[in-house]
Amino acid sequence: MKKKALSVLMTAAIAAATVVGTAASAFAADTVKIGVYEPASGDNGAGGKQETLGIQYANSLTPTVEIDGTEYNVELDIVDNESSTDKGPSAASTLVSDGVSIVLGSYGSGVSIAASDIFKDGGVPAMGVTCTNPQVTQGNTHYFRICFLDPFQGTVLANFAQDNFEAKKAYILTKLGDDYSAGLGHYFKKAFEELGGEVVEETFPDGNSDFTSYITSAKNAEADVFFAPVSTEAAALIIEQAAAQGMEMPLLAGDTWDSNVILNAAKGKDVQIYVTTFYQEGGNPEFDEGMKEYVNSDSTAKANNGGDDTIAAVSAMGFDAYYVALEALKAAGSPDPAKVNEALWDVTYEGVCGKVEFDDENGDAIRDTAYVKTANTETGAWDFVGEQGVK
Amino acid sequence: MEWFSRNLPYLLAGISVGGQYALIAIGYTMVYGILRLINFAHGDIFMVAGLIMVYLSASLPVYVAIPIVLVATVVIGFLVERVAYKPLRQAPRMSIMISAIGVSYLLQNLALYITGGLAQQYPSIPWISDTIQVFGATTKRVTVITPVLTIVLVIALVILIKHTKIGMAMRAASKDFETSQLMGIKINSVISMTFIIGSFLAAVASLLYFSNYTGVVPTSGAMPGLKAFVAAVFGGIGSIPGAVIGAFIIGICENIIKGMGLTTFSDAFTFALLIVILIAKPTGLFGEKATDKV
Amino acid sequence: MSKKKETIINVALIAGLLLVLYIMEHVMAPTAMIFTVLKKGAIYALVAVSMNLLNGFTGLFSLGQAGFMLLGAYTYGILTIPVEQRINVYQYFDGGIVQFTVPVAAALVAAGIVAAIFAYLIGLPVLRLKSDYLAIATLGFAEIIRAVFQWDKLGPLTNGSNLLRSYPTFKSVIFPFVVSGICIAIIVMLINSTYGRAFKAIRDDEVAAEAMGINLAHHKRIAFTVSSFFAGISGALLAMYQTTIQASMFKSAMTYEILLIVVIGGIGSVTGSCISSFLFITCSEWLLRFLDNDTYIGDFHVPLLRSGFRKVVFSIIIMIIVLFFRQGIMGTREFSVQRICDFFTGKSRKKKAVKGGGSNE
Repeated sequence: MKKKALSVLMTAAIAAATVVGTAASAFAADTVKIGVYEPASGDNGAGGKQETLGIQYANSLTPTVEIDGTEYNVELDIVDNESSTDKGPSAASTLVSDGVSIVLGSYGSGVSIAASDIFKDGGVPAMGVTCTNPQVTQGNTHYFRICFLDPFQGTVLANFAQDNFEAKKAYILTKLGDDYSAGLGHYFKKAFEELGGEVVEETFPDGNSDFTSYITSAKNAEADVFFAPVSTEAAALIIEQAAAQGMEMPLLAGDTWDSNVILNAAKGKDVQIYVTTFYQEGGNPEFDEGMKEYVNSDSTAKANNGGDDTIAAVSAMGFDAYYVALEALKAAGSPDPAKVNEALWDVTYEGVCGKVEFDDENGDAIRDTAYVKTANTETGAWDFVGEQGVK
Repeated sequence: MEWFSRNLPYLLAGISVGGQYALIAIGYTMVYGILRLINFAHGDIFMVAGLIMVYLSASLPVYVAIPIVLVATVVIGFLVERVAYKPLRQAPRMSIMISAIGVSYLLQNLALYITGGLAQQYPSIPWISDTIQVFGATTKRVTVITPVLTIVLVIALVILIKHTKIGMAMRAASKDFETSQLMGIKINSVISMTFIIGSFLAAVASLLYFSNYTGVVPTSGAMPGLKAFVAAVFGGIGSIPGAVIGAFIIGICENIIKGMGLTTFSDAFTFALLIVILIAKPTGLFGEKATDKV
Repeated sequence: MSKKKETIINVALIAGLLLVLYIMEHVMAPTAMIFTVLKKGAIYALVAVSMNLLNGFTGLFSLGQAGFMLLGAYTYGILTIPVEQRINVYQYFDGGIVQFTVPVAAALVAAGIVAAIFAYLIGLPVLRLKSDYLAIATLGFAEIIRAVFQWDKLGPLTNGSNLLRSYPTFKSVIFPFVVSGICIAIIVMLINSTYGRAFKAIRDDEVAAEAMGINLAHHKRIAFTVSSFFAGISGALLAMYQTTIQASMFKSAMTYEILLIVVIGGIGSVTGSCISSFLFITCSEWLLRFLDNDTYIGDFHVPLLRSGFRKVVFSIIIMIIVLFFRQGIMGTREFSVQRICDFFTGKSRKKKAVKGGGSNE
């Protein structure tokens, strides 16, 4: 008898929880929700957290927005897409069902592409912050982005490799099943070959932590540069093992490597690292100072930033993205996602990483320069190398 | 000579990783020998050992941290057996295997929770993390130490099993579980001892493995664990020298495949090897008796 | 209650369920989380039942489910991406080599058939193995399939390791319910047929079953192939639900998840697998999400709650079920109207043995 009563009770409890769960999402009074679709765990967890941090900092500076004469509180709805293309869509559905007006993110192009249709079906516009693969925005009208694209970045890197190292042969290492990695590798290869160079390509599978064989292959191929557009997690391993094997050729990578994870891995080791990125610390002293203060004031924020107050370019991009979203809300005159989507096309904004303006075809930002920096292995900081455009 | 110096790094990496697989594989082969259980959680215990080292070394000097890591890992291995496997001793084999999968799931999720999903940088241990030259190839000292240490540990283990009382009890239990109980062997302490030895070797393997590949993530243990299991099957399950030889072969083959540019298949190769072995020679290289595998 | 009456009630229940879903879709906002949960739950119910057919009813411990789902998902994707979209999807492979599309229904069946063909071929060697060796061999095959599909030499067909997308998907929650419902009904019919009885005989005692004249190899192969057929279809459904697919998502972790659903529901209970897959998905996708967020009650910061805690709680619950409630929710029993009546009127089970009802999907 007892057992029976217990099971009836349990059923009732589950039913009650369901009702509460539904009811909790029903209230909304003068609040506008901005969805933050970022990885907080998995391969890209470190970068995703830094990007979110920039958004949170912006939110702490400007927590309200005036839309059509009414003051709204801006609430960030942060979900974790776990850097995985199969967990991402569920996280995206959570945002859509929470009734967000616009979504920011994600760090990592694969998860952005995976969630694209969920946002489309839910009628919510999304704005990529640092996802650089062309497929994110291609052929749709609801996904925008404020960063440059891989065909541009790949070409910049290929130019840089040939200008500075007179590279004739490049070794490209990408991760299997990672759209960002495969895409950037592909465009680099294309540009590098067009400039008359030669490439050797290899891929590594998910979960691989032994890179010694790849480094040996790169040496045996007598490559002049080692190009590895991969997640920071794999990057730290590559740097460590490259240093241990005394690899002399410079390591080249894209925006993901602009992270203190890389700096920490490279510190005190004999390696050369060059990356292209969106923002260089010192570009906007006011922002730098505020951001550092924000990071230092909160132990969780500091941990999310990788344990120090180096400003990642993705944080600066997240910061800009938040203000672009506010501009769109203001221009739309309503928190209605459909109106925000329409308004986004004409939004322009002067951010800490330069001017944001969307093209009319795909909603990509119009950008023509990237910053190149190198890791200083003595001080553990980034040194500015220069701006690089496309020839 | 040119060819040799080009390919030596692959071989070195293979031998080193093979030695690390070997240390993990012993844990699988001993447990399977006695309980007929594929301890899916063994790879995750290896990962947990790595994480403990990361957190301990943040506050303690390395030589204090290492013994604590070894002890803590052994305790975890012991507890896992007592909590998750012992209550199921009379249950069907499938239940206990599901329990092992459950433990693996739990350990990975705990690690995910504690690390916040970020890769943890493994501390560099003085001396063994130093860079050295071997026949013109640059590598870490741990690469060279691993095979030597593995062989020393295996010899010690074989002596333990051949010449001590507990070793005899283990051999008896793996020959015939029920009868050995009737002969007055305290089966629970024998099983606990198996898990203790297995976890100890996994902890040593984690020290060596993560000194070489310095990032620890919650899924770090899954692949090495599976590969070590394949090594154990390859060598003939229950046979310790077999597991070691199997592990070296797998480690070397894997790196040769990477060297040939077929990197997509470096993991798949291991499984293909497993299936071929299971079907063609289910007792493995050194398996003694035909068990009920087929 | 007579058998006929029970059938009528079951049919009425199914019709009622579909009606409720239909009304819900028209009343509630289409973005409500409940629809996500129902869609995914229906898909997982199908794959869990197909795994249960092997593990629970035939006693073959297979861990290859994710691999067969991958085959189904890719077959569906490759066959249905509109021709004009292919140049975008297969951007590194000049649009790929498949330049035609088939209707959705045909692609779903093809997804099942491809998975079944592979299962048949894989089954020839591995079904000779027993218990945990079979498990590890099927797990290995799933990994090999995944590696092959990521190989860039097959790129023109599989798009290498990149995403497949832009294929037709479903909007209505009724679609996965109907497809899964039909498939599960077929599995139930199989289980209740002479084949099903032979499967159970093999599960209970192989030697005795063989002595009774059951062709072991033949029946094992049928169970394995049929199970994979439906895993393939559920893979295709999953592809439709996710809107994009990639080989790297079909890891062994996926198989473990399905296995745990089967265990929670009760190994050997079709309705148990259905119930537990909805429970599992509801908890992991929706109800337990609050465990992942920092929470304040007044000024009090609730300890432990932060990203990842949900999974820890979840795995502890699973361990408790595995260790202490080995029968799962349903054991080997089935849900039926009869049982509910008995439950509330207080008739004891021993007085009236209840046979398995139909699917309550």
